[in-house]
Amino acid sequence: MDFDFIDYLTGQNIMFVVLSAIVLGCGLMSVLSTKILRAATYLFFTLFGIAGLYLLMNYEFLAAVQLSVYAGAVVVLLIFAIFLVKNLGHETEKVSCSKKGIAALASVLGIVMTLVIVFNEGIVPAVVGPTAPQVDMQLIGDTLLGSGKHQYLLIFEASSVLLLACIIGAIVVATKSKEEK
Amino acid sequence: MNLPIEAYLVVSTLLFFIGVFGFIARKNLIGILMSVELILNAVNINFVVFNRFLYPNELEGMIYSLFVIVVAAAESAVAIAIIINVYRKLKNISVESIESLRN
Amino acid sequence: MDTVKLLAPIVLALPFLMFFVLGLLGNKMKPNVAGILGTCGLSIVAIVSYFIAISYFWGFGRVGEEYSQEILFNLDWLKMSETLPGLTIKIGFLLDPISAMMLVVISTVSLMVHIYSMGYMHGEEGFQRYYAVLSLFTFAMMGLVIATNIFQMYIFWELVGVSSFLLISFYFIKPSAVAAAKKAFIVTRFADMFFLIGILILSYYTETFQFLDLTAVSGDHATLVHDRMCGEEFFGFLPAISTAMFLIFLGGAGKSAMFPFHIWLPDAMEGPTPASALIHAATMVVAGVFLVARMFPVYFFEAADVLTLIGYIGAFTSLFAAVIACVQTDIKRVLAFSTISQIAYMFVALGVSGYTSEHEACLGYTSSMWHLFTHAMFKACLFMGAGCIIHAVHSNEMSAMGNLAKKHMTITHITFLVSCLAIAGIPPFSGFFSKDEILVAAANKDTVLYVCQAFVAGLTAFYMFRLYFRIFWWNENESYKHHAPHEAPKNMTVPLIVLSIFTCFMWIEKFFPFFPDKITADRKTLDLEFDSVIAGASVLVALVGIGLAYWLYKEKNDKPDAIASKVKCLYISASHRFYIDEIYLFVTRNIIFGGICKAIAWFDRHVIDGFMDMLGWTARESASGIRDVQSGNLQKYALGYILGVIIIAFFVFCSL
Repeated sequence: MDFDFIDYLTGQNIMFVVLSAIVLGCGLMSVLSTKILRAATYLFFTLFGIAGLYLLMNYEFLAAVQLSVYAGAVVVLLIFAIFLVKNLGHETEKVSCSKKGIAALASVLGIVMTLVIVFNEGIVPAVVGPTAPQVDMQLIGDTLLGSGKHQYLLIFEASSVLLLACIIGAIVVATKSKEEK
Repeated sequence: MNLPIEAYLVVSTLLFFIGVFGFIARKNLIGILMSVELILNAVNINFVVFNRFLYPNELEGMIYSLFVIVVAAAESAVAIAIIINVYRKLKNISVESIESLRN
Repeated sequence: MDTVKLLAPIVLALPFLMFFVLGLLGNKMKPNVAGILGTCGLSIVAIVSYFIAISYFWGFGRVGEEYSQEILFNLDWLKMSETLPGLTIKIGFLLDPISAMMLVVISTVSLMVHIYSMGYMHGEEGFQRYYAVLSLFTFAMMGLVIATNIFQMYIFWELVGVSSFLLISFYFIKPSAVAAAKKAFIVTRFADMFFLIGILILSYYTETFQFLDLTAVSGDHATLVHDRMCGEEFFGFLPAISTAMFLIFLGGAGKSAMFPFHIWLPDAMEGPTPASALIHAATMVVAGVFLVARMFPVYFFEAADVLTLIGYIGAFTSLFAAVIACVQTDIKRVLAFSTISQIAYMFVALGVSGYTSEHEACLGYTSSMWHLFTHAMFKACLFMGAGCIIHAVHSNEMSAMGNLAKKHMTITHITFLVSCLAIAGIPPFSGFFSKDEILVAAANKDTVLYVCQAFVAGLTAFYMFRLYFRIFWWNENESYKHHAPHEAPKNMTVPLIVLSIFTCFMWIEKFFPFFPDKITADRKTLDLEFDSVIAGASVLVALVGIGLAYWLYKEKNDKPDAIASKVKCLYISASHRFYIDEIYLFVTRNIIFGGICKAIAWFDRHVIDGFMDMLGWTARESASGIRDVQSGNLQKYALGYILGVIIIAFFVFCSL
């Protein structure tokens, strides 16, 4: 198979490379950064990049959810937490080199293992490119709220209960107990 | 010419293990939580990619990503509540200082 | 027959019920109530036993010239095997001449002891407990003699051992009583171990426990045992039958206090005297004789060598015990050694006996059982008489007695004299007939045994009359000035009278219907001429013994001491019971405990414990080595998890 670089030089693929670079670069920075506030910012960009990847694959709804829930809510929550913990925003985190080394070793091993599997397993080749027509909102709504085959009402309801439980749990855990007052 | 599915999988693999690295190497609890978010996102990318490339007419992967996002949001809310509580008790959120389950 | 079948369970059930009632509720009752309750229960058992025995001997039991073996009931108790029906432990009732006779012996003596104990044990602490254990003993002894299979016998065998233990240790605050009880239990248990091994060997080959199968005889063989075990070898070099039968005999030797297991019986006199009369004179100690008699066809046809050995062990023991009895000063110990000697007599009779009337010395079996019967009566009477004397002078020692014939103990005196005459073998008392038949049997078979037993008969007469003269004549004891001896109460003298009536008239068949014929081991009746030569000789020997005792002990004098100092060596060693106890102590303390056990203990402590310690040490050290893994540190767990996943994925991938 002769490899022609030019063939791949489409806008789609360029966009993919750029987004991937953002995701991976910011992700890496987010883990390596010694200041927690910066790490949170990098995380924000990573999540942003991932939303971009979703868009690239024509999943507009998912990209919107990613942006609003992750970038909008979770990261904000994290930043609030950082501010609530005294001085954390200004502290630098010192991690011993051996710990970093072990973690890096495990990660590299894992990456090698996974990639070998990915490239060897002969995953069924893609039947279509990443740009299939975008998914109809109507369909998503039906799928989430229907109770037939390939429809997920039950899980939807379960996750709503889960969220309720989380709200209550978060309140209970975070409230100061009476003795502390 | 489109990029093959492996290209996407490489991105998600790298992201996943960046998250793993962070989980193991980070010292503070919020950092660890952020690494968990990275790991979850890497998984999400896989779900979506498989859905899009292998079964473009189905919605399973996307729906599961949605639920993962929901669960992740819930999880981080509770986790942050716990972290704040820990901080109140110990004035510290370093993972090494939390060992009361050990004994 | 039907009535007998209906009544038969009472013999077992009632004593057992009494044991439970008296044992559980006894402390809530007044002592007298408990005593009367126990005695009433036993009276019913005695009446039923008499009824069974009489209707057996004079009714359904006798078929022509032969007595039948009847199984009155037989309940499955424990199945050992689905495929081999013989290996079922049953609780049943086998009625044949010897078990019918034993029913009479046990119920009579037990009833007498119950009545006697009301007086003797009056006011003792634990009176109700005493009666409960007596009932337990009666239950166990009944179960032993009516056993339909050897395992039932073994079970009740152990139960009589337990009740013996409980009665010896009745005064459990006395260290000597506790030691005696332990000694009795350990020695008999040690022997019972052999019994059990014997049972196992026997039933391994024959695949049955049932007496009727084991002792079935056709022609010149004990059929089943011959078929299954003839030519078999145990451990590759011991003949299986002889080994099994010898081991079973050793069990009997332990209970019946044969040499070398005799050491427990004299010490067992620490128990209450009536209990000694019941257990250690009349009933339990003859269990060994009964066992050999029960298995007699097997011994006679298949293990004749063992039977001969039994005869010689019996002869040696009877001589040995008689010599010791001559020099003991504790009256109960004299009686104990006399018991050993007389039981050994029974073993001699079995040892020389033949099976059918065609065999020589076929009288041995009959005379053994007959002597068992008469001995039970007169020895129980002697023990109870000794109990009355002890009651009167508050001591077991001869030195505290003397001249009691003039102290208004008339009934005790006369009954004691009658029993002494009986045991010495003076006609017309029962002991004469039974002992004479044993001597006839021995003379027919083996002259050595006859001479030995005749000499023992003389010794018996001598030591019994030594006892008699020392207690009732000799001279006035000074301690009587402070405390005059008096006759025992009625409930103690009545049993004495009853038992001496038995002793006097037991030989008159019409008057006393419990042992109507001379019955050989094949349960056929036997007509035998009275051998006047041997009878005359034995009476003569007995008279010599009595005369010697009269000469030495009629009045206080120095002759006994003078003779004792002349044969000082013999005298001292005999009064120390020939140091057998010391030898046992030496063997157990120095050789077993000091030598073997010490080595085993060292091995246990250093090798086995060392091995265990090493295991523990290894576990501890490796645990402290790896405990840091369980650090509680989340990130270390995550690292381990990731590495684990990678390793598993690696292997899975490699295997694809």
